[in-house]
Amino acid sequence: MTATTLVVDQSLKSGRRKGVGPTVFAVALWACLAIICAFLFFVLAVIIQKGLARFDLNLVTEHPSRLRPDTSGVKSALFGTIWIMVLTALIALPLGIAAAVYLEEYADNTRWWNRLIELNIQNLAAVPSVIYGILTLGFVVRGPLSIGAVLLAGAISLALLILPVVIITCREALRAVPSEIRSGSLALGATQWQTTWRQVLPSAVPGIATGSILALSRAIGEAAPLLLVGATTFLTFNPDGVFSRYTVLPTQIFSLVPLDRVEFRDLAYSTILLLIIVLLVMNALAIWLRNRYQRRW
Amino acid sequence: MSTKTRDGGRPESGGHPVAWEGPPVDLTAQSPRIGEKIIKAVLVGAAALSVLVTVGIVASLFAPVAEFFTHVSVGEFLFGTEWTALFGDKFNWDDKSWGVLPLVTATLMITLISLVVAVPFGLGAAIYLSEYASQRVRKIFKPILEILAGVPTVVYGFLALTVITPILKPLLGIEGIYSMISPGIVMGFMIVPTVASLSEDAMSAVPLALRQGSYALGANRMQTTVRVVFPAALSGIVAAVVLGISRAIGETMIVAIAAGNMPLFTADPLKGAQTMTGFIAQAASGDTPHGSPSYYALFAIGALLFVMTLLINMISIRLVRKYRQAY
Repeated sequence: MTATTLVVDQSLKSGRRKGVGPTVFAVALWACLAIICAFLFFVLAVIIQKGLARFDLNLVTEHPSRLRPDTSGVKSALFGTIWIMVLTALIALPLGIAAAVYLEEYADNTRWWNRLIELNIQNLAAVPSVIYGILTLGFVVRGPLSIGAVLLAGAISLALLILPVVIITCREALRAVPSEIRSGSLALGATQWQTTWRQVLPSAVPGIATGSILALSRAIGEAAPLLLVGATTFLTFNPDGVFSRYTVLPTQIFSLVPLDRVEFRDLAYSTILLLIIVLLVMNALAIWLRNRYQRRW
Repeated sequence: MSTKTRDGGRPESGGHPVAWEGPPVDLTAQSPRIGEKIIKAVLVGAAALSVLVTVGIVASLFAPVAEFFTHVSVGEFLFGTEWTALFGDKFNWDDKSWGVLPLVTATLMITLISLVVAVPFGLGAAIYLSEYASQRVRKIFKPILEILAGVPTVVYGFLALTVITPILKPLLGIEGIYSMISPGIVMGFMIVPTVASLSEDAMSAVPLALRQGSYALGANRMQTTVRVVFPAALSGIVAAVVLGISRAIGETMIVAIAAGNMPLFTADPLKGAQTMTGFIAQAASGDTPHGSPSYYALFAIGALLFVMTLLINMISIRLVRKYRQAY
């Protein structure tokens, strides 16, 4: 807002009401934001303060143990989380990007089936995460596929969970590419796929990468669907393949909840700190990517 | 790309284009482009998969739910006030009560508490960021909201149980380690980013001309915000709140950890009571053999949850579409 200095006649000024209302209103709004920030800092402070107690090398080099809580770690869960993240990315990203490319570049929005797909994706984005666990339990762990409660089943449930998010963010990234790029490419004789593959997708890569990393960070923090597909098992070995049994950091935290000895509480807070650090690194990467490579057309 | 000049190509001439004089040219595709068609088919397949996921959810729920209702009547399920699915003999249907109301009331109670937190704070923050804050302030606070949304819910649950409940205990007189108010408050902060960012989008979309008109008529910033911007963005704001409700109902880890595992038909927020998602988490992480009553109950609760959130989401989508102002 640029302030303009005006010379106002005093007779005009006198009639202006000068209630405290607007000030109180502005302060109240500001207070809302302040309280939200205070809550976040409180949460982070508690995690850092309590998490540092056991934040040592044992945490990542030792497997979980019920007998030696003061030296045990969460190695199997950390490796499980890494496995799950890679597998989820391998399943969700190609599917999500392909669906986004179809909806943005190929689909005719006036057709009912394309509108149905869009409405459906909007809906799926708001389906509770635990429902994806039930779906995977009914179809993949048991039922038609029956592969059991293994790593691949966990990755499938998380991939289905983040698929709508990936599709929505990729569509936004594709939409930001100006149509002149497409028209120019098509005018030079490129086919639609050549245009998409060589012009539109490379221009949208920063946006797609940012969205994908944020979606994956949501996936590795998620515990609810994994409770249903076998991640609560107590494991003292790292997963060695997609059909291996597994556990991940969030479910490891969940399984530490009923154990209220102080050593277990410390271990749980250290695990939370580890998880938060992993997530913050991923988020920072996404923000850096966004700022570094974002193009302004 | 082909560089050969086809019969009837452009005549050699300098500089500027000339009027076409040759025979008519066939501009339809010269090759069938099978590769292109295959690629399109693959892309369509990926998009259609999302519909398949919805169908899969319904299908995976259907058979176990049908099995559940051969043992339990719909009336007993929907209107019974006692839920003891995990008590007694694991494979016996008859020694348990299957009334879902305690789980539903606990879910709604915690959702209500979370809304009491999320709606004022979320809306206040959204109004501040959209109407009052400078560009710089906005750039600082938006990532903070994103971090708040990015904290895993299992972490929130753990904090609610081990930090918030002990703080509230002497203040409110909570008995025991579980309560509905503590996870409700924490869940409120969890859905603040949803409410805030969606309603901020809605308010930012209100055209500047409306604000300028309001100022020109002598309104101050508060009057402009409350009487012009807020009503104009109301549909988007309501949709944001409705989406927040849907997230609160479906949230699992916070309530599974901090609200306790006892189904209780009560309206007292100081008591701990199991929610629908809390039951799913408990049944799933405990010993629930395939084919046991609690296994089928898990699917029945899941179906109820899915239907509830689906209805709420449809309301939200409809609201946005129906009342969206085309400025």
